[in-house]
Amino acid sequence: MNLRRFFSRPAVDAELAEELDAHLQHEVDDNLARGMSEEEAWRRARVKLGSVRRVRETMWERNSLEWFETGLRDLRYAVRTLWRTPGFTVTAVLMMALGIGANVALFTVVRSVLLKPLPFREPDKLIQLYEKSPNGRREYSYVAGGMYAAWKRAASSVEQMAVYGTDSINLSGTGGQLPEKIRYATCSWNLLPMLGVVPEVGRSFVEADDRREAPATTMLTHSLWMRRYAGDRGIVGKTILLDAKPYTVIGVLPAWFEYPDTRTQLWAPIYHEQSSQMMEAVDNHNFFVVGRLRPGATLAQALSQVDTAEKQVRAMHPTPSTSSEASARTLLDGVVHDAKATLYTLMGATSCVLLIACLNVANLLVARSASRRKETSVRAALGGSRWRLLREQVTESAVLAMAGGGLGLLVAWLGTEWLVQARPEMARAGAIHIDGVVLLFGLGVVVGCAILAGLIPSLSFLRGPLLESLQDSSRATSAGHGRLRLRRALLAVEVGLTVVLLTCAGLLLKSYNHLRSTDVGSATQNVLTMQFALPNARYNTAAKVASFYEQLLPRLRSLPGVKAAGVVTSLPGQGYGGDSRFSLAEHPDFAGGAVQYAIVRGADPGYFSALQIPLVSGRFFEARERLTDARSVIVSKSFARQYLGDEEPLGKHILIKDSSDASQGFEIVGVVGDTLWALTEQDTAMIYFPLYSGNWQNASIGVRSDGDVTMLALPIQKVLAELDPDLPVSDVLTMERSIGRSTGDASFTSSLVMAFAVIALALAAVGLYGVLSYIVTQRTGEIGIRIALGAQRSTVLRLILSDGLRPAWIGLLLGLAGSGFAVQLIRSMLYGTRALDWVLFAEVGMLLVVVAGIACAIPAWKASRLDPMQALRME
Amino acid sequence: MADLKKQANGEMLQGTLDMLVLRTLVMGRAHGHTIARVIENTSEDVLQVEQGSLYPALHRLEDRGWVRSSWGVSENNRKAKFYELTAAGRKQLVAERERWQQMVVAIGRVLGAASE
Repeated sequence: MNLRRFFSRPAVDAELAEELDAHLQHEVDDNLARGMSEEEAWRRARVKLGSVRRVRETMWERNSLEWFETGLRDLRYAVRTLWRTPGFTVTAVLMMALGIGANVALFTVVRSVLLKPLPFREPDKLIQLYEKSPNGRREYSYVAGGMYAAWKRAASSVEQMAVYGTDSINLSGTGGQLPEKIRYATCSWNLLPMLGVVPEVGRSFVEADDRREAPATTMLTHSLWMRRYAGDRGIVGKTILLDAKPYTVIGVLPAWFEYPDTRTQLWAPIYHEQSSQMMEAVDNHNFFVVGRLRPGATLAQALSQVDTAEKQVRAMHPTPSTSSEASARTLLDGVVHDAKATLYTLMGATSCVLLIACLNVANLLVARSASRRKETSVRAALGGSRWRLLREQVTESAVLAMAGGGLGLLVAWLGTEWLVQARPEMARAGAIHIDGVVLLFGLGVVVGCAILAGLIPSLSFLRGPLLESLQDSSRATSAGHGRLRLRRALLAVEVGLTVVLLTCAGLLLKSYNHLRSTDVGSATQNVLTMQFALPNARYNTAAKVASFYEQLLPRLRSLPGVKAAGVVTSLPGQGYGGDSRFSLAEHPDFAGGAVQYAIVRGADPGYFSALQIPLVSGRFFEARERLTDARSVIVSKSFARQYLGDEEPLGKHILIKDSSDASQGFEIVGVVGDTLWALTEQDTAMIYFPLYSGNWQNASIGVRSDGDVTMLALPIQKVLAELDPDLPVSDVLTMERSIGRSTGDASFTSSLVMAFAVIALALAAVGLYGVLSYIVTQRTGEIGIRIALGAQRSTVLRLILSDGLRPAWIGLLLGLAGSGFAVQLIRSMLYGTRALDWVLFAEVGMLLVVVAGIACAIPAWKASRLDPMQALRME
Repeated sequence: MADLKKQANGEMLQGTLDMLVLRTLVMGRAHGHTIARVIENTSEDVLQVEQGSLYPALHRLEDRGWVRSSWGVSENNRKAKFYELTAAGRKQLVAERERWQQMVVAIGRVLGAASE
């Protein structure tokens, strides 16, 4: 209302003028009627009515808003002042834009991924339940089907409980489309209703679908439906082939449903898909359990109930691989746990950069206000209030911050787009976008920056006499010490923050390099990998499976350019790939009580030499070891060391607990070098079985060549298509990239933090340089006199250098102390690297000293080159 | 006489002009000049209304919703801004008049007592 009146002042005034004019005319009319002459009538009317202008002014003032008007005036003044120094303005705006942009982008991601509730019904009541792994190494591990059933019976505080698992499955090609291997999830029928998911088309699973003997049903995710079936609603009720078995499509999930991740494309009922044996086993950990708390119940209650149930089950089945502890967290934490540390680390880094940018802008403003010292003093002397001067200063920084914020939003938008593109597999990546709250956050940051950058330089208005500088003679004096102290303190903080960023970035990078250079135990260069799975329905006998591999391998090896080729169920770095419980025939009861399970693999006879995994002793598999004749195994070096100690492993027999022919055992015929299933994992006790036994349907091909191995991708896929045109192939990658995928997160975080650290270092250097240059300019006269009186140029150089480097030293010490704390926070993200790495701390310190030295050397050198005559004349 | 007028005007109790304007408008819509003349004539020239007070008062009354204005043609065939009373203004006038009369009585009592 008031603002409206404020802006309509000119219109109101015009109307008033007209009205007053009418008044005057009427008065004249009256006077004329009284018989006066025209001239007299006008004169008397004017005398009577007095000043029209005064009335208009009164009304104008009444309609104006004082604060607003002075605010506008300050704004105009600030813009004009900034306009006069475009270099400073552009620098400051760019610094602010970078800082604000990076922060807003990160906040967008943090908010969308970590803070926003999941898009499910009453998401705060949803929890995820886990078993702790039997060896205690994993707090939040997979749940066994039987354990889920036991929990479900026991946990009264959980209103509903559902189970799901993920796997991959072959979707057969129809209508000219290629077959593909896709990720699919199996869930108990109640999962979708529990989450509040209503199908976009068709219906959801019902209890009757979720039985072993029920007809096979499936639900498509929206993305698969659009991609593969062009959004055809008629797909519901049709049959599609999964692993060569017919499934009826009963519904399509809505587009927003991207759970548990964006890669999952298809859902099926779990009790139909998994054997009842699997769903009853209490020591075969494969699934995830999600629950909805009863109203009023807490996570802790639910956990204590399932934990009690867990311990009862364990007491009844005291096998080594039955877990004895349950754990729980909210579903949101369960979904985002990996992203959390990364995002908060990045958020910390961007906050540091923003703070440094603000301090730098503040520093530049201090310099400006110092050069306008006389102006402010004169104004204060003439009665300008401190408050007024302060307001001008803050307005100026507010203009900078707003311009920076506007530009920063653009940076944020680009940054967010880039982040989403760079990390598509990050949990909830699809939900990331800039919204109102983010804009509000951006606004808050802008206001914060304006206040921070504006108030620091204004501090000197608030204390101390303003008039002092007027009394300074204009000649040959150095700047007041108050301001210099302030600028040095700002610089020290900047340098300190930079040091913290540098050490964290250094540690992350070191950890990443450590990770990257980890030897997985096999050849990685010039190796091409791809994966496939033979569908059970068509490869229903061991003989069919074995003969497929036996036909495939010679063809692969005869391809031109192929130096060696091998097939294994999982290549090094491709993941856990499954384990088995075992015992040793020669040692019926293990001493030491270690959990007796080992990672298992199926490998063809040529696999080890193809991937250059060294043979320690014994022999590789032979082609005759096929089907029922495949009674030999090869173990890894660490398996032999762990379970047989100093004994000779060759000739010992391994018994597999769960297999039907447990009695016979497999003879160890060879020992090979260790390989890692993931770069960060150290379990290397592995048993290899002959691939030609025909029991292994998941397979990875590893092909080694001399040159560019990617050229071989097409010929190999052709070979596979010749053998089985319906067999989809996935993950065609070089070995380096295949392994690199597991280091993606580390590389991403460390390089981003490094980038921020470099920016911070550059800003700090600019800050140091700026301050020292300013000091030198201020002291030109003094230095000129010193030189004129015979001071050595080296003395001057030393004087200025020590002046500039002092804040750097203080900042370095502060920073090193701060890093000591900061590195504790990122400890969980470090691999093979100590948090308190003194060498790194020393390196960072040195880097900083060098950069600070260079930043200070330039103005110091300039000072020492001063021509005294010119310096003194300049005043 | 001039002094007396000035005094009367200058010390006019705050809000009195508002009341007088409202009272004047009871007789129908009028423009600023008419209002001023009516007040002057009715008070037999004791109260002089300056446009410096009249127009701010009119605008204030309009802001409060007691009068509304519109442009029209005056009796002299000139363009003028006319003001008229709103329902709220009528109510306000009644209230003001009551308040004024109470005050006159009260002041009268005080002055009466003092003269004895």
